[in-house]
Amino acid sequence: MTRQHTPEVVVTGLGATTPLGGTTADTWAAALAGTSGARTIDQPWVEQYELPITFAAQIAVDPADVLARPETKRMDKSAQYAMVAAREAWTDSGLPAPTSDDALDGDRVGVAVASGIGGITTILDGWDTLRERGARRMLPMTVPMLMPNSPAAYVELEFGARAGAHATVSACASGAEAIGYAVEMIRSGRADVVVAGGTEAPMHPFTLGAFAASRTLSLRNDSPETASRPYDIDRDGFVMGEGAAVVILESAEHAAARGARVYAKISGVGLSSDAYHMTSPDPEGRGQRAAMSRALDMAGATPADVVHINAHATSTSVGDLTETASIRTLLGSDADHVLLSATKSMTGHLLGGAGALETVFTVKAVADRLAPPTINVDNPDPQLQVPLVRNTPAALPVGDIVAINNSFGFGGHNVALTVTNA
Amino acid sequence: MAATTEEILAGLAEIVAEETGLPTENVAAEKSFTDGLDIDSLSMMTIVTHAEDKFDVRIPDDQVANLKTVGDAVSFIADAQA
Repeated sequence: MTRQHTPEVVVTGLGATTPLGGTTADTWAAALAGTSGARTIDQPWVEQYELPITFAAQIAVDPADVLARPETKRMDKSAQYAMVAAREAWTDSGLPAPTSDDALDGDRVGVAVASGIGGITTILDGWDTLRERGARRMLPMTVPMLMPNSPAAYVELEFGARAGAHATVSACASGAEAIGYAVEMIRSGRADVVVAGGTEAPMHPFTLGAFAASRTLSLRNDSPETASRPYDIDRDGFVMGEGAAVVILESAEHAAARGARVYAKISGVGLSSDAYHMTSPDPEGRGQRAAMSRALDMAGATPADVVHINAHATSTSVGDLTETASIRTLLGSDADHVLLSATKSMTGHLLGGAGALETVFTVKAVADRLAPPTINVDNPDPQLQVPLVRNTPAALPVGDIVAINNSFGFGGHNVALTVTNA
Repeated sequence: MAATTEEILAGLAEIVAEETGLPTENVAAEKSFTDGLDIDSLSMMTIVTHAEDKFDVRIPDDQVANLKTVGDAVSFIADAQA
């Protein structure tokens, strides 16, 4: 059989529900304005369980305000966020409604939506019910709500997607890995359209307590808005966030045939693993460099082409610098013309949703030629080796440009995606 | 104190409405759970779990298949409370 040419993959729809806003437009506007989504948690359990961290970047718009009431009963919050973002992205793409007469052939539509943790609140609520009231009081929907593939499955059902529905789990790289997987689904010819993204709903004392126990969270309880400060000399850990982001990916031919608006191309996907340590990045950055290098190779790009990087940069002391050292080593003097953005300074860390949200930001940056700011960098770490966009957005150059979105996860998972202008 | 059949129907209608999004007035005694209200087996078990809670009765799994209509469920709950 003759292999057809490998399709280019374009982004035609964006959706997001985040600590900065209930839509992509609201989230992007708040990011360009340098807004923090972090605030004190107004829940009795903070005091009840003596949590050492009393704040987080909490969702701006409750999905209960957007979804039908039965949907909020049948889906864990992780699936609810994904559904809100997926519906926005689908509408934004201009694709026909799945129930309409001109609906797409579902055999050519796929889904890749990941969560790092899955339905943790459903698990813990079910456990509470079991212990307090016995097994007969547990709800029948507990299993389909707690599965980490539940968000992907609900999105698959929503859009009648039969080309495959996948949930790539790689901790804080999950969302980016899902988008990378979706790119491969289109490049391999399995699908024309893929709904891809990441989601996380970790707001529960258990999750906060667990991350606090790993000593990775910022303790800046008296000033939530300034706690996430990647590359600042006084950074002390990440700020837990929640939410989802979803993109509609299409083969360039499919998008062109229907006259779709194209934001940008996902031109490269680079994956690697460190095989170094469960939670610390390889200080040599070999895996991070390999991921970026593989993505650039797939994109047919060189270091000279790279103008913008949305860093993983979670605001931890070791991780932030390992990444910029990797960038400097890989790009050499070409790192001098890269504009680096650390948007977790505003959104907090969406964990399994982070890589997807930062892909949305990178796509918007390339489409609008505007790199979003990094806030709270009062005193840049002297070891920062790449020019950082601080406080206000910075213009990206005209002409053909390449941007990279980096996402790394506990376990040594590295994902780099390259975004190229349409 | 046992609820009247009207109270049971109203309470059951609230549970079904919460699970399905249907208006409570659609949940009439003669309606079939599967054909009339389009309730699948997982949703039915969710409704049963909430009904057991609300009316303080036990609805054994092997009885659920016999509850074809809303009225069947109301009668079962009324008898179980008696």
